[in-house]
Amino acid sequence: MHAVAADRVWKYFGDYPALRGASFEVAKGACVALLGRNGAGKTTLLRILAGLSKPSKGEVAIFGRIGYLGHGIGVYDDLSALENLTLFGQLAGLENPKQAAHEALERVGLNRVKDGLAREFSRGMRQRLAIGRAFLHNPDLLLLDEPFTSLDDRAVAVLQQLLSGARARGSTIVMSTHQIREAMELASHVALLDRGRMIFSGPRNNEMLLDPGWLYRTYGDIRE
Amino acid sequence: MKPGLKQGLTAAFVIARKDLRTEWRTRESLNASLSFAVVILVLFSFAFDLDREEKLAISGGLLWLVYAFAGALIVNRSFARELPNDCLEVLIASVPGWAIFLGKAIACFLLLLIVELASLPVFGLFYNINVLGSFFPLLFVIALATWGITVVGAALSAVTVNVRLRELMLPVLLYPLMIPLLIGAMELTTGLLNGNAVLSDVRLLIVFDVMFTSLALYLIEFILVI
Repeated sequence: MHAVAADRVWKYFGDYPALRGASFEVAKGACVALLGRNGAGKTTLLRILAGLSKPSKGEVAIFGRIGYLGHGIGVYDDLSALENLTLFGQLAGLENPKQAAHEALERVGLNRVKDGLAREFSRGMRQRLAIGRAFLHNPDLLLLDEPFTSLDDRAVAVLQQLLSGARARGSTIVMSTHQIREAMELASHVALLDRGRMIFSGPRNNEMLLDPGWLYRTYGDIRE
Repeated sequence: MKPGLKQGLTAAFVIARKDLRTEWRTRESLNASLSFAVVILVLFSFAFDLDREEKLAISGGLLWLVYAFAGALIVNRSFARELPNDCLEVLIASVPGWAIFLGKAIACFLLLLIVELASLPVFGLFYNINVLGSFFPLLFVIALATWGITVVGAALSAVTVNVRLRELMLPVLLYPLMIPLLIGAMELTTGLLNGNAVLSDVRLLIVFDVMFTSLALYLIEFILVI
């Protein structure tokens, strides 16, 4: 059973094809590291999977509830941390959104400042709040766009812990990243995009884990 | 997998409440819109030396022009409120487009209604017009026309949310579409304040509201997800 299925997906921005017939399938419970250089189409593909953008051609099927963490943190500056997470809990249809918000704040270490407005938070705290928001409703599918980029040490630790927890619960994870070493440690599968084409998609192997450049040397025309 | 009708409606009310709460904290559009409405009403009262008959004759037109401009200030912030931190992306990924739109429209409706009801006594005072004599029919007309303004305005706010000059673009698109609604509201309001309203004219407002609400609910997904 697949959690995600993308079949020959094309996406044009004007005349420029950001995705050129990209296909891939993600089994339930898999953790996919979506790799590729800048402009390869990773964000475009994740946005399509999240329902934020429509493919110009091709089909996409998603099964289950989505948790999305994009480039923006996706929280409201004029709401407190607790209000933000309660709001997203209500939108996700949780039975007890306030309780879930308290638990999520505890997990990301923000319970102490739960009544503080998000705009008063430091960058690291805002990032942890965003991570708490994405994992709040225990989504079946997590779509994470460069989740480790510009996180402080504490936020990286929180994210890694939450990702491990999500995997243990059987959630499916698709994350784009440039941090190949960290991604390989977490991923069960790897997908490599090159100029809009999916040039590799399959299980992570030992070579990838031991030598982060191996995948690019073997399948891509990108040299280290 | 996005939620169904019941959860979508719940999400719409949650979004409306969130918009009202953030607006109450910042009072960005409420202050601007209310100040604008009051200042224009006061300035017009000094600008023209009209007798009572003439004031009654222009009352509906004046009131709805002010409300339409004040409404543009409210609806302009509707989807723009979601731009900081890319909150709109998270909403689109979580709930159906129609629920986001409905929530936004409800919040705008209530905010504009506050502005209108707060500026109505100013209008009555400065133009020496008794607005209490036909208050409830007037409130009915105001509610119908305000829903029309906010539905069209919120939909166009979604269209222009990523446009650089959206503050200019939205009114340019909004006012031509509102002409039939404003004509109906102006005639009804003038009639009510003069004591000779033809309430069958209210059908125009109802048809406008139903038509544009249905259209916006249907089209919003195509506007938000491109």
